[in-house]
Amino acid sequence: MSGASVKSGKAPPVLERRAVMRALVAERGDLLVVSGLGSTTYDLAAAGDHPLNFYLWGAMGGAAMIGLGLALAQPARRVLVATGDGEMLMGLGSLATIAVQRPKNLAVVVIDNERYAETGLQETHTAHGCDLPAMAAAVGFDSVHAVRNEAELAALLPLLRRAPGPLFAAIKVTPDRPPFVLPSNDGVYIKNRLREALLG
Amino acid sequence: MNSEKQASYTWPDDIYNALVEEKIRQVPYVPDAGHTRLIERCRANPAMKAVVLTTEEEGIGMLAGAWLGGERGVLLMQSSGVGNCINMLSLATVCRFPLLMLVTMRGEWGEFNPWQIPMGKGTGPILEEAGVLVHRIDRAEDAAETVQAAARIAFNSDRAAAVLIAQRVIGTKVFK
Repeated sequence: MSGASVKSGKAPPVLERRAVMRALVAERGDLLVVSGLGSTTYDLAAAGDHPLNFYLWGAMGGAAMIGLGLALAQPARRVLVATGDGEMLMGLGSLATIAVQRPKNLAVVVIDNERYAETGLQETHTAHGCDLPAMAAAVGFDSVHAVRNEAELAALLPLLRRAPGPLFAAIKVTPDRPPFVLPSNDGVYIKNRLREALLG
Repeated sequence: MNSEKQASYTWPDDIYNALVEEKIRQVPYVPDAGHTRLIERCRANPAMKAVVLTTEEEGIGMLAGAWLGGERGVLLMQSSGVGNCINMLSLATVCRFPLLMLVTMRGEWGEFNPWQIPMGKGTGPILEEAGVLVHRIDRAEDAAETVQAAARIAFNSDRAAAVLIAQRVIGTKVFK
């Protein structure tokens, strides 16, 4: 199906991005979640709006670093950054920065469709063998996961909540474009809503 | 030693004291020779998390996250780094995150390296165009007061504010 996967010699992806996001935030408790612009922001909204969500509509490449600042400020809370492969590729240096800080409460999860979905499904570097988990491991993440199927996803979920971070996972998903589910794009509102829910 | 000379030796400590007073907790930075002393002071304070970045724009995201989590921060960089930040500044301005940046200037006063001059000329106008409130330190004795004023407008008015520290204050890098 996917020409990219044929190039990489791996089986084509089978996981669907919306189901993956639902699984990541199921029974989330007091988890803080940052989503990267584009599809992962729509996926997070589709999984259910929540005051502890911070949705990006821009600032491409910034999601993981927002997660780091939040994780350092709130060491007793778990922080999940869920972003796309294109967004992560624009901020690769942030993986090195995060690895140096070793925040135990931070997980960076890339929902990897090997495409820039927002702009017409053009292939990203991950369609051509760029191995994000290997890069995360190389800069010093201890907990690194490459997820391609249901069993590997099921094994990852408890680690997101419990394993000492920083954790990095890349989850290969099919390059489909589910219907838009748009959360508020009012950054001031989303910011203040999260702060009120978190800080009172 | 006259008082002006004395001030020129203590301005990084004056800035550090202002940052402590403003309850700064996160200090992302890309090093600059002009920030050496300030970075050392911040790294030595266990109440501050000094975080080395690979590129300056990372600090804008990090400080947005810090504010979401209830902490104040400051981003340290040199003027060339401002160019790396332009699109990421939209995160601060669109969401009205408080953002305090201290920028040591190159390329403006006795600069040896021509490659520093474009951003030396562009830093102030580019920040203004991006919606940042720009302050400037031209005399060492104004350092603490200027940083404090910028911090207050950033954190009390939810704005992005930069303090440009003149190359004349820092001293010109000499290659020999």
